[in-house]
Amino acid sequence: MSSLQFDIAHLLAGSLVLASFMMLYQDRLYALLNVYALHAGMLALSVAWQAYVQQAPHLYVTALIALVFKAIIIPVALHRIIKRLGIHREIENVIGIGLTMMAGIGLVALSMVVMLRVTPGADALAREDLAFALSVVLLGLLIMVTRRNAVGQVVGFMSLENGLVLAATGAKGMPLVVEISVAFSVLIAFIVIGIFLFRIRERFDSVDMQALDRFRGERR
Amino acid sequence: MIAVALWSVAALLALAPAGVVLSTRPRGSLIVYGGCLIATSTLCVTALSDLLHAPQLTPSATLPIGLPWLGAHFRLDALSAFFLVVVNLGGVAASLFALGYGRHEDSPGRVLPFYPAYLAAMNVVVLANDAFSFLVAWEFMSLTSWALVVSHHREAENIRAGYVYLLMASFGTLALLLAFGLLVSGAGYDFDAIRASHPSAAVTGTVVILALLGAGSKAGLVPLHAWLPLAHPAAPSHVSGLMSGVMTKVAVYGFVRIVFDLLPEPVWWWSMVVLLVGGPTATLGVLYALMQRDIKRVLAYSTIENIGIVFTGLGLALAFKAEGLDWVAALAFTAAMLHVFNHALFKSLLFFGAGAVLAATGERDMEKLGGLIHRMPKTAFAMLIGCVAISALPPFNGFVSEWLTFQAILLSPQLPSWGLKLVIPAVGGLLALAAALAAACFVKLYGISFLGRPRSDVAASAHETDRFSLTAMLVLAAFCLIAGILPGLFIDALAPVSKAMVGNIMPHQVGLQWLTIVPIAESRSSYNGLLVFVFAALCGTAAASAIHRFASDRLRRAPAWDCGHPDPNPAIQYSASSFSQPIRRVFGSVVFAAREIGEMPPPSSPRPARLRVELHDLIWEALYAPIAMVVGFATDRVNVLQFLTIRRYLTLVFVALIVLLLVVAL
Repeated sequence: MSSLQFDIAHLLAGSLVLASFMMLYQDRLYALLNVYALHAGMLALSVAWQAYVQQAPHLYVTALIALVFKAIIIPVALHRIIKRLGIHREIENVIGIGLTMMAGIGLVALSMVVMLRVTPGADALAREDLAFALSVVLLGLLIMVTRRNAVGQVVGFMSLENGLVLAATGAKGMPLVVEISVAFSVLIAFIVIGIFLFRIRERFDSVDMQALDRFRGERR
Repeated sequence: MIAVALWSVAALLALAPAGVVLSTRPRGSLIVYGGCLIATSTLCVTALSDLLHAPQLTPSATLPIGLPWLGAHFRLDALSAFFLVVVNLGGVAASLFALGYGRHEDSPGRVLPFYPAYLAAMNVVVLANDAFSFLVAWEFMSLTSWALVVSHHREAENIRAGYVYLLMASFGTLALLLAFGLLVSGAGYDFDAIRASHPSAAVTGTVVILALLGAGSKAGLVPLHAWLPLAHPAAPSHVSGLMSGVMTKVAVYGFVRIVFDLLPEPVWWWSMVVLLVGGPTATLGVLYALMQRDIKRVLAYSTIENIGIVFTGLGLALAFKAEGLDWVAALAFTAAMLHVFNHALFKSLLFFGAGAVLAATGERDMEKLGGLIHRMPKTAFAMLIGCVAISALPPFNGFVSEWLTFQAILLSPQLPSWGLKLVIPAVGGLLALAAALAAACFVKLYGISFLGRPRSDVAASAHETDRFSLTAMLVLAAFCLIAGILPGLFIDALAPVSKAMVGNIMPHQVGLQWLTIVPIAESRSSYNGLLVFVFAALCGTAAASAIHRFASDRLRRAPAWDCGHPDPNPAIQYSASSFSQPIRRVFGSVVFAAREIGEMPPPSSPRPARLRVELHDLIWEALYAPIAMVVGFATDRVNVLQFLTIRRYLTLVFVALIVLLLVVAL
């Protein structure tokens, strides 16, 4: 592999992490969705580049799935959900942005250290790729933890899933079947969560998770 | 042979769902218990013919159920055959008894489905030939018996008994799981593979301790006995009989299978552990039994005593085998197995009798019974035989097995190891004490419940029990007598078991003159049950006829001498507590921290004087209560975690992940 190919792969994966960081500090839902669409687009590009580099045509299908489902259909659908729920003005971070960003930096550093320690035998591209993927997964979890709104948590979950796909394509020779199943699982999770959102909304007039807690008779 | 056995087990399993449907039908319980009767008698006959005719063959079968790459292995060797006989003889008797007794059941839907499943589970434990099937069947046995214990769930006491039982059963299974885990790690799940493996000394020692904990908690060894006197009486009486008479024997089977069969040659300290648990179990069990007023609870504690005797026998067998005295090991092992068989007979009989009394009077408290010998004469007769047999009086069967155990104890000076030389006579002393106290205990049980005058209206208006129950009890009583006067037959039948487990057999008994049994040599000791029986029968008949001839016509009925009291109230009779008071005063202050508190009212007060007796279960208070307290405290603290918000759960997952990653990274 030429050093240019390696650098481009590195750049795309790194931009995925960057997009995750952007998601961390969005405090409006629409903005969050837009960054998520960008995140998924980056994923599609990265996977496509991997397909080109590894000369694995089936990865193009994965890239296409990522582009169509994750970058277009899901954000559009979530947009409509937010509009129907009328929650586009809500500010929903639990912890301050500064602290969240610091935690995010710590997580990226952690995933670098872990991955460089446990994969000394793997080739350089896979190592970098896995380290970035783990950062994306951890940042996705951090997004889920710091969001108060169910839609925010869904987006965090989806970005976590993106990290998994990135890891899967970085390692050579993952069969398409698994990718398709991952894509479908995301889709199903999305549908289920969407339905749940409406159910919660019907019951409590809100998708704020605090409503559920209040219903259970608890305080924060 | 094994195919017949497995089909019968399958029939029992099929009866379980049928019990759900049949429990609402009027004749449902007859069908279920009748089916159980047929299946268990088939199993019993199969196993018996296997034991008597072809004990050296070990037919085995593998069924494609259970773990996918393993299947379920079954095998019918001499040990399995013997325990199958014990299990199914108990099963036959209990099913026969339940044909009559089951009609008193007010919620048959809670008993009928579990009863056949319970029988099937015990059979599968005995037949299993791989660790996985054994443990699954063991746990299934625990669960079905638990369901039967809580079948009368309206009484809070039964629910508590079920709870304690479930906890102790899981503890026992955990210990067995660990034992098998250690054994299979070097070999495979199949028992044949375990037999062929050579585990290290550390592994075998740990396995022995774990097997003693696992099987001992099911059998009721002190101090793991706490659940037994709660759970056994709580079940319906025929199930109590099975649990006490049969399930504890399945536990003994588990111990024998692991320690004598699966492990290599024993080491002397194993026997030390077993003896030091077995002897005190026997004495403590019977001391507890003496303090009780509830008939079924007395019987349950007495089961603990008998399990102590069996384990002492097994400990002796281990000791002699470890020191190379195979022929004495065979004697001790045969004594233990014979006691297993005998105890299954008379404990089932006694529980059935208690069930008959319970059905007739609705009372389990001895202080409310009395005079039943006139109202339930046949039950009283069967109970009398059971009480005499369990008190180890000749010519009944209990005497034979305990006598053989003592014969083995008397040979202990031949052991080279000084530790065993000192411990075994001490254990023998404990056993002798237990035997004497057991006699006192059953004199009390029989005398207070069946003799004297009725202490309550229900006892005064009791009626004889039904024919099925009586048949079951009388058949068991007959077996007690036969095993007592013809013990040679039974000892010889046990020879293949002893050959397989300790590698030697007792001298051949059948064919000796006058059906005598000679465990070691004619010059040392011999016992002839038949002669004792004939002598007792002749003397008894002679005395009875003489009394009848000379005294019967002078009989007159008059008020009993009442020490000058004007009103002979039944409450002034000897009571259960007053009978056991001397023994309580001798042993109670140490074993139970017993205190008697007399409260005298001041001279002018009309208040009655009171005598209060305080008994403490020291084992419960010193061992179980602290553990329960620590667990309760910890769960209270952890309970907070059950009521977190979704985001906090996510945070917990997140933090856990970060911590794990940090462990990897650093």
